[in-house]
Amino acid sequence: MENLIALLVGAPLLGAAVLLCGGRRLDKSGHWLGTLLAAVSFFIGLALFADMLGKGAEDRAMHQRLFTWISVDGFQADIAFQLDQLSMTFVLLITGVGTLIHVYSIGYMEHDERRRRFFGYLNLFVAAMLLLVLADNFLLLYFGWEGVGLASYLLIGFWQHKPTAATAAKKAFLVNRVGDMGLSIAIMLMFTTFGTFAFGPVFAATDEASEGKLTAIGLMLLLAACGKSAQVPLQSWLGDAMEGPTPVSALIHAATMVTAGVYLIVRSADIFNAAPDAQLVVTVVGAVTLLFGAIVGCAKDDIKKALAGSTMSQIGYMILAAGLGPIGYAFAIMHLVTHGFFKAGLFLGAGSVMHGMNDEVDMRRYGGLRKYMPVTFATFGLGYLAIIGFPGLSGFFSKDKIIEAAFAKGGTEGWILGSVTLLGAAITAYYMTRVMLMTFFGEKRWQPDAEGHAPHPHESPKSMTIPMVLLAFGSVFAGAFFGIGDRFVAWLEPVTNFEHGHPPISAGAITGATVAVMVIGVGIAYLQYGRRPVPVVAPRGSLLTRAARRDLLQDDFNHAVFVTGGTHLTRSLVYVDHTLVDGVVNGTAASVGGLSGRLRKLQNGYARTYAVSMFGGTAVLIAATLLMRAV
Amino acid sequence: MSFPLLTVTAAVPAVGAILTAAVPAARRTAAKWLALLVSLATLVLAAVVFARFEPGGDRYQLTESHAWIKDFGVRYELGVDGIGVALIALTALLIPFVILAGWHDADPLETKSSRWRPTQGFFALILMVEAMVILSFEATDVFLFYILFEAMLIPMYFLIGGFGDRAHAGSDENAAAQRSYAAVKFLLYNLVGGLIMLAAVIGLYVVAGNFSLTEIAEARANGSLEMATSTERWLFLGFFFAFAVKAPLWPLHTWLPNAMGEATAPVAVLITAVVDKVGTFAMLRFCLGLFPEASKWATPAIVVLALISIVYGALVAVGQRDIKRLVAYASISHFGFIILGIFAMTTQGQSGATLYMVNHGISTAALMLVAGFLISRRGSRLIADYGGVQKVAPVLAGTFLIGGLATLSLPGLAPFVSEFLVLVGTYARYPVAGIIATTGIVLAALYTLVLYQRTMTGPVKEEVRTLPDLRPRELAVVIPLIAVLIFLGVFPKPLTDVVNPAVQHTMSDVQQKDPTPEVEAAK
Amino acid sequence: MNPVNYLYLAALLFTIGAAGVLIRRNAIVVFMCVELMLNACNLAFVTFSRMHGNLDGQIIAFFTMVVAAAEVVVGLAIIVSVFRARHSASVDDASLMKL
Repeated sequence: MENLIALLVGAPLLGAAVLLCGGRRLDKSGHWLGTLLAAVSFFIGLALFADMLGKGAEDRAMHQRLFTWISVDGFQADIAFQLDQLSMTFVLLITGVGTLIHVYSIGYMEHDERRRRFFGYLNLFVAAMLLLVLADNFLLLYFGWEGVGLASYLLIGFWQHKPTAATAAKKAFLVNRVGDMGLSIAIMLMFTTFGTFAFGPVFAATDEASEGKLTAIGLMLLLAACGKSAQVPLQSWLGDAMEGPTPVSALIHAATMVTAGVYLIVRSADIFNAAPDAQLVVTVVGAVTLLFGAIVGCAKDDIKKALAGSTMSQIGYMILAAGLGPIGYAFAIMHLVTHGFFKAGLFLGAGSVMHGMNDEVDMRRYGGLRKYMPVTFATFGLGYLAIIGFPGLSGFFSKDKIIEAAFAKGGTEGWILGSVTLLGAAITAYYMTRVMLMTFFGEKRWQPDAEGHAPHPHESPKSMTIPMVLLAFGSVFAGAFFGIGDRFVAWLEPVTNFEHGHPPISAGAITGATVAVMVIGVGIAYLQYGRRPVPVVAPRGSLLTRAARRDLLQDDFNHAVFVTGGTHLTRSLVYVDHTLVDGVVNGTAASVGGLSGRLRKLQNGYARTYAVSMFGGTAVLIAATLLMRAV
Repeated sequence: MSFPLLTVTAAVPAVGAILTAAVPAARRTAAKWLALLVSLATLVLAAVVFARFEPGGDRYQLTESHAWIKDFGVRYELGVDGIGVALIALTALLIPFVILAGWHDADPLETKSSRWRPTQGFFALILMVEAMVILSFEATDVFLFYILFEAMLIPMYFLIGGFGDRAHAGSDENAAAQRSYAAVKFLLYNLVGGLIMLAAVIGLYVVAGNFSLTEIAEARANGSLEMATSTERWLFLGFFFAFAVKAPLWPLHTWLPNAMGEATAPVAVLITAVVDKVGTFAMLRFCLGLFPEASKWATPAIVVLALISIVYGALVAVGQRDIKRLVAYASISHFGFIILGIFAMTTQGQSGATLYMVNHGISTAALMLVAGFLISRRGSRLIADYGGVQKVAPVLAGTFLIGGLATLSLPGLAPFVSEFLVLVGTYARYPVAGIIATTGIVLAALYTLVLYQRTMTGPVKEEVRTLPDLRPRELAVVIPLIAVLIFLGVFPKPLTDVVNPAVQHTMSDVQQKDPTPEVEAAK
Repeated sequence: MNPVNYLYLAALLFTIGAAGVLIRRNAIVVFMCVELMLNACNLAFVTFSRMHGNLDGQIIAFFTMVVAAAEVVVGLAIIVSVFRARHSASVDDASLMKL
């Protein structure tokens, strides 16, 4: 069975290669090929999963080594895979949700002339993401890490003719590269500390390394996670990334790629467990982002950007949980999986709405759509209930566990983190209700698009609704399936070494509080957006609202410091290069030229002058010789 | 006596150059095909050298030695180590693509104002450069190397000054003036470097009594040749200066953007991907091999200069308005990485630097040649004159992007392997330098993606609307290069196998050991 | 007779020749002055040969004569062709090499 692991990556990679190199001949069939290969990967994943279930919990990890990638004295990196419970979870999520989104894209991208290429990029993404989660060393993980970054870049900028899309793609790649810098430094640190960066040897040797080194490695890994998972301070790219086609937002910027940071931290659990300072920073980053994303999500009128804010916030939950250590890892991953279902479903719903509304994204121009798009409404509604943590649905189980774990951290920290997660739950309920009400309820506020076509909302084709229904199914039942009886925790036990936490207040009380804050959030949103008509033009709003609309001024800060500052720096360096560095050279040349111009005047062309200089020279020589002799 | 394989490998392009130059003026196409065939024959010979080289064997293999100038102990001594083999392979690999890419660059222009361009001369000069570069990678006699190091300036001077880029803003006279400025600057810079090196070569002869690299290194190693500390340092500086000009290292770099900007794209590739590698190669072979103590003494300063090159080159690249100058500054940044890797004095760093030389050659060739195809279509080098090319010429844009991704060292493409090795090797010895160099990966992404965004994406510009996509000849240039990039990115073993033993020798030359990992050191 | 007197004569002749080269403009005269200087040197060589009692000086004098003869051939040819081209034998007129 182990030998199938490479095929998991290989199938979509083959698809990407064929689709991207195949040329126009594949325009008609390319999307089917792409979907088929993603599905092949999913079924291989299922087969491996079945095989894994047949073994004892401790023997489930599988390894496959293909060949040596880089080998230099002392530095050894292999193309080798490791499939354990954690990777398996991701494999199923990536290929499962991935396949559904491939199917969805067949309908969504139907009218795009570059659909073949879109599927090529999607396949490339699936391959890279699988490589990321299957790698058995950090360098190969880095390979996948950058690979998903590339796929994300290509897909955000898929509509390259739009300057905004091209800029957003570039921004995403650059911000991610800052995170990648963290990952490379982490690998270098591992290499100098442990002499290797393969998972097994590194994790086995963590207790021999100094805590300072481990903290440094942990912080660098966190930097990487911040870049990929859009956590503060590297979160600014995610909102702009919504320029990409909606299936991309669903797959890459909601369900899978942005959760890679959580994977990285949970995978490196042994390092973080031995570096409490790094863990504390992880929880702080998670908590800050949780609130940051939620606040931004409240103010956005663009449906996808509101959902992007929500993604950021939910990943904040996961990062926070991962920072809690063994009591939180399993819940981080559980929330990651349920979030994968409901957030992908929500994005696909948003795409379906846009599909019916002439690609309008402003929620202030929606309204009353529930009658026109019943399937979309139902699936979106279920996703909505799941994300706000409505009792019984997926989000309820996973989020509640994280809140409990946060309280269980103990001490002042526990109370602060717990309160933040509760507050986040309230805001989540608020902004999601807002999205729901503005889109599907209220009166119609539809506006004709730029070319004057009035929208005629209609339900999307089957290829789009079926994936939405399946994801809604997951949004409803996954949580209960995982959560009841701690199935999921037990499954991940060999990887995460789960410890039971003991929150200072009873679990029941926490659950009650969670439900209560959710109801409050929903209530406030209903009062604001359900009872009153929604203005088509956004009101000016309070200072906080205006700041939140601008991503809490993060972009303005980035622009002022990095973009403007950087532009000035490069301009002045270009100037320095031209006038100073090159100037010295050209100045030397000019002064040599000037000197020779002056010396040239001695050559006046009269033979006599030359003769005099010869005589003079001879006389001087003779005189010198005589003088030397005399001395 | 065994078959003089190394001599033949260098002689084939040299003889080919003479034959190409002798083709009658009217048979221009025949000259092109002849040049291409000769370069392919050289590639075959280089492959034979690669195959015959035994990684586990002696340090210098396939050696040849003949007396040349007896009175001064100058010998015609050849031999290759793994580093030389890798670079010979790179040179032989790139030249056919350079010739193919420059197929029409030296065709006579139809318009009256331009002068007649000797096509034969163009290809003959390229082959001449190839011969000299290959021979310089083989030379183990310092004097022989010096002669070649200087002699290759002559054909390069004519290639830069005589066959400029036709896409030039401004009048023909202005273009000619710019070109001749660039060519003269190239020549003067390198001649000054060469002159200082000549002084050092003579100094070395005075101290050592002969020019043989192997003999001097051996005598130094076993203590029979003592060298005063200050003498060694002066000689080292003399050699290093010449190589730093050639490489080029900040602040001796300003000739490169001019030369690469004014030359045609294939010649620009010849400069940065092939000829400049002689500089970094010589640092490894001569600076470290002959003056190990002085190398260690100078390391801190050189590491700082290399770091400045990395960051400065990348930042200035961001600010460029000319596509080719941008690639030139990117190369300066990359040469910073190579020099950093060499002087980090770790096996990872030096293996990485050697791989970097090869990979940078291929990746820059891919990027620069596609850029050249683009420029020849639109007739402008300015980034601002492009926009939306992706829509009209998707294959061109795609290959350009791959070239760019190779330049920013994306994993899966060859440059990643070498860049990461250099970074790890540097970090192991100088953590702060390693971290500063790592910022280079962000800056590389910045200049590459800005270039791609401004030229390829966005609304289609009016002048760009009719650009044709890549033609078969151009595809024949780009696709093999990309294939090599991907192959070496995933499976660099053929190269590392050859390079690793050579790096071990260099490490023992400078008597350095890799730092032990903390965990092992604690035990 | 004291051979030193011949040296005085040689010095005198040389000075006259040198002054002629510097002062006169007619190429023929300048040329003759150069010859005068050469012969002054010859005289000095022969004198030295006599004074030191060996033949080296005389041999060099023969060399000088051969060189002088060759110089006359080339020099006169140049002067004649310059005169033909420019209708002047003045050395000042031939200053084309000056920039």
